Formats: sequence, structure tokens, C-alpha cells
Amino acid sequence: MSEKPGVTTGGEQPSRTEVRHVIVRLRRPGVAALWAWLVPGAGHWYQGRRTKAAIYSVCILSVYFFGLALGGGHVVYASFAKGHVRKSYFCQIGVGLPAFPALIQTYRVHNGKPPLLGDIMAPPGKVQDRVKDKLARWHEKYGNKFEIGTLYTMVAGLMNVWAILDAYGGPVGYSEESGSQPSKSENEGENQRSSSDKEKRRRKKRR
Amino acid sequence: MIAFLDIWYAVPLIVAISLVYGATRHEEMRPILHYAWQMAVWLVGFVVILGTVVCVIDWML
Repeated sequence: MSEKPGVTTGGEQPSRTEVRHVIVRLRRPGVAALWAWLVPGAGHWYQGRRTKAAIYSVCILSVYFFGLALGGGHVVYASFAKGHVRKSYFCQIGVGLPAFPALIQTYRVHNGKPPLLGDIMAPPGKVQDRVKDKLARWHEKYGNKFEIGTLYTMVAGLMNVWAILDAYGGPVGYSEESGSQPSKSENEGENQRSSSDKEKRRRKKRR
Repeated sequence: MIAFLDIWYAVPLIVAISLVYGATRHEEMRPILHYAWQMAVWLVGFVVILGTVVCVIDWML
């Protein structure tokens, strides 16, 4: 039986036929969800769920920065200009703070100031059909890596949405009532046992 | 051939998605890894089937 700050395992020592109950302490779900959005994994770290914090931060941030690097730092930008709304940014912003510089760059460009960090995450400016504008030059330079990088960063943002939901409500299948979540690798007896446990709890409540 | 090599870009995505998806279902490392492996196999299988169908259609046209 392992004891961790945010995770405790309850019940008897698990065997192949038994359900291993995991009690998850969801410390201040709203605050944790906010942290989880701002920095992938931070929400789980805040709740003391360190293993998952590590998994989320490593997976999400590495996918995000790898994608960003593939597109030379230009695949994440915010543009809300008429005729060129960067829709993929709505997915990329899911990754939180790492996507925020794009907003700063957009703000600066719209106010006539030069972008910081040498154009990284800066919007391409005016985009027109059949004109070799900045966006067209990026596509020419990076080829299909620009699209792959966009995909990577979008996927990273969407994966963080899963992490946010997990920080807020616990793993899928986790119920507040029982405070437990069965691990899935067990055999068929699992469902029968968990349903009989629930039935026992209901009877106790009635008494 | 160069376009075919781009398929390797799917590998890090499959690994990351499987791990994150597994983590949304479980709380401890062992079941997360077990579930992630199942998910990765399923994803690769799906990609292979889809790729085969596309190749067959391409060959027929």
C-alpha cells in the first residue's frame, strides 16, 4: 500500500481478482484547474499528484515546444484580423502560459510596435490571396513542417484540456460518492465486486 | 518517399497522446502505462488500417 500526498490506496492488499481502490484528494479543484491551464502539470503538482504532474508536463510541453521548433517559432501566433483569423490558436491557447507571448506580440504589432524576440510568435501581418506575404514565405521556408508544427502545438493544447478536467474532477470514472476509482487491469469480477460494494454502502445509508 | 518519411512525426504524438490519455483514466503509474500501451497499440492499428485503405484506393485509381 503506497501513501502519497494526493493519492492514497485503500482497501485490502490488491490481488488479481480484487479492485485496487485509489482515493484521490482533489485539493481546491478550481484553483488546481487554473494552475493546470497556466502550466501543464502544475495543477496536479498543487494537489500533490506528482506522478501525473510529471507525465502531463513532460508530454504536453515537449509536444508543444517540438511543434513550435518545427515551424521556426512561427506556428503559434494570434491573429484576429479581418480575413485572417488564426483558428488553430484557440486550440494552442489550451497549453496556457507558453502560448501567451503570442498575445503580447499581437498587441505590440497592432499598436505599431516592433515584435519582441525576433518575430517569434508574432502575427504575419496582412495576409492576401495570390500575394507572397509573410505567411506565404513561412510556408515556403518550412514546407510541410509548418503544418506538422501547427498540428503538434494544437494537440498539446487539446491534451492540456484533458489535464485541466483531470485536475478539476479527478480521473475518468472517479466518483465523489465512493471516493474511489478502480484500476482497470483487473478481471471480470471487478465490476461485480464494485457494484456489490455500492449496494452495501446504500444499505448502510438506509440504516 | 520524403512524404512517406513524415509518418515518423506521428510516433512522438502517439506516445504522448497515449500517456496523457492513460493518465486521465488512472492515478498510479502502473495502470497508466498499461492503459497507455493498449491505447498506443490501438492507435497504431488504426493508422495502419487507414493507411492500407488509402494505399488500396490509390492503387485502384
